[in-house]
Amino acid sequence: MNKLPLAAGLDVAESLRSRWFLLYASVFGGIVALLMIFGVTESRVMGFTGLSRLLVTYIQLCMAILPIFILISTVRSVASDREAGVFEYMLSLPIPLGAWYWGRLLGRFVVVLLPVVSAMALAFAWGVARGAEPPWRLFLIYSGLLFSLSVCFLGLGFLISTLVRSSDVAQSAAFLLWLALLVFIDLILLGVMMREQVSPEILIGISLANPLQVFRTAAMALFDPQLVLLGPAAFVILDRFGQGGYLAWAMLYPTLMGVGAAALGYWRFRSGDLV
Amino acid sequence: MICLEGLVKSFQKIRVLDSLDLTIEAGERIALVGSNGAGKTTLIRCLLGEYTHDGRVFVDGLAPRRDRAEVLKRVGFVPQLPPPLKMPVEDLIAFAAGVSGADGARIVRVAGELGLDAQEVGKRPFMKLSGGQKQKLLIAIALGRDARLLILDEPAANLDPAARRALFDMLAQRTNDTMIVSSHRVDEVASLVTRVVEMERGRVVFDDRLVQGPAMAPLSAQLRIAKAEPEFMAAMEEWGLAAEGGGLVWRGVIAGPDRLRFMHFLSRYSGLLASAAFETRIAEGCHNETIDICA
Repeated sequence: MNKLPLAAGLDVAESLRSRWFLLYASVFGGIVALLMIFGVTESRVMGFTGLSRLLVTYIQLCMAILPIFILISTVRSVASDREAGVFEYMLSLPIPLGAWYWGRLLGRFVVVLLPVVSAMALAFAWGVARGAEPPWRLFLIYSGLLFSLSVCFLGLGFLISTLVRSSDVAQSAAFLLWLALLVFIDLILLGVMMREQVSPEILIGISLANPLQVFRTAAMALFDPQLVLLGPAAFVILDRFGQGGYLAWAMLYPTLMGVGAAALGYWRFRSGDLV
Repeated sequence: MICLEGLVKSFQKIRVLDSLDLTIEAGERIALVGSNGAGKTTLIRCLLGEYTHDGRVFVDGLAPRRDRAEVLKRVGFVPQLPPPLKMPVEDLIAFAAGVSGADGARIVRVAGELGLDAQEVGKRPFMKLSGGQKQKLLIAIALGRDARLLILDEPAANLDPAARRALFDMLAQRTNDTMIVSSHRVDEVASLVTRVVEMERGRVVFDDRLVQGPAMAPLSAQLRIAKAEPEFMAAMEEWGLAAEGGGLVWRGVIAGPDRLRFMHFLSRYSGLLASAAFETRIAEGCHNETIDICA
């Protein structure tokens, strides 16, 4: 019997029982509910109306909340399981390390992605049921972006969990990583660097390498790719890539980064002390 | 069955296992004893493939790190402290049975023999069980599989007398299995084991086979020392001996299974001993053997 599904199922069941998941699902369900209550689906902002407007607002909020939520919940549960002796017992059972690690990552991925996409899908279905024009393209692209963002930060979370043994340090490291990525988006430090006349190649390189910036640019490019909203680096990049090329980058790069980080974490996990 | 050669494990330059050599034949039952920090748990984790290490570890010719799943199929492990698992009991049994290729019903049956109705508590989170219930379930998972090597870390610590009896009966029946029972006290597990291995500072300091029978009877000891040495006196109190004459005379009874370790301990203080007298007590009031040693 393949043991990877057993480990994945274990993580899904554990997550569904945990308080962090309850909070997590409530946050995303709550966001959609609030957007509906405050009539975002009905409003007209920057040329977007109905469901498109709701999706655009939702994806912006996801960018702010999802990465830190994934990072903190992942490193906290993995590191505290190790500290509390859960690993000592569970890894004394004859489960291959690959099945344990990748199974738990897969389970966590399902748990992380499900509420986010479900909330969006529910809002979408509700809007369509009320007669709104279904923006299929936008929905599919945003689902793809949420997928790549989730893979990216889940992989980074697993990597941190394998590098750092204490849950306190792991949470701090996760928070610092998120903060560093946040600082290097277009409207914060990159703007300052631009004013200081740092080489454009470096700025564009940072913009393309920062998954938060990549996600933000891709999400905004779909509804208003103007300089004032995007920021200068993103504007230049979009100009060079084109919308299609940039969307492909925005989905592929964070996914590869997440898988790479997870693979590095797995190598570290299996080559060091397990408990 | 188990072969450890030059096993070294360090944590931040502190050697917890120090060039440890140990061979355990199939079917042997080992009491692994030693004070806190002696290296027992680290040794067990090396056997379970959970720690990287220098030196070599083999279980049936396989390396636990390299051939993890294959080695662990043969191992039933009961930790000293139950893990704080949030999953329901039935999920834990299903997972353990699933990854081990065991029959969940057999685990439930063994739990029943230990006095735990696993079906009744099936929906309850494992961490909400009492200490004794957790211990029984972990023992049932270890014994309800076809494990040929049992590694039990203080297995009877939280058990009530009936469960303790049931556990010892079950272990006694598994005559072909190899067992490593980690314990602070040998007398707890004396009836189960055939060999005592004592660890201290990451090394084996005592290794001897137990002879069941009169030699396992309690040993009455009276020691006279030349001067009151604080370290010796503290150790005597730990062994349960009482002082007389300002700490120069010590009397007490040593549990039968501990007598070899006690003698080994005394040998370190041979220069301090003025005289020593021992009596084996087969039954209350009967002395069948007296040894007097006068310095």
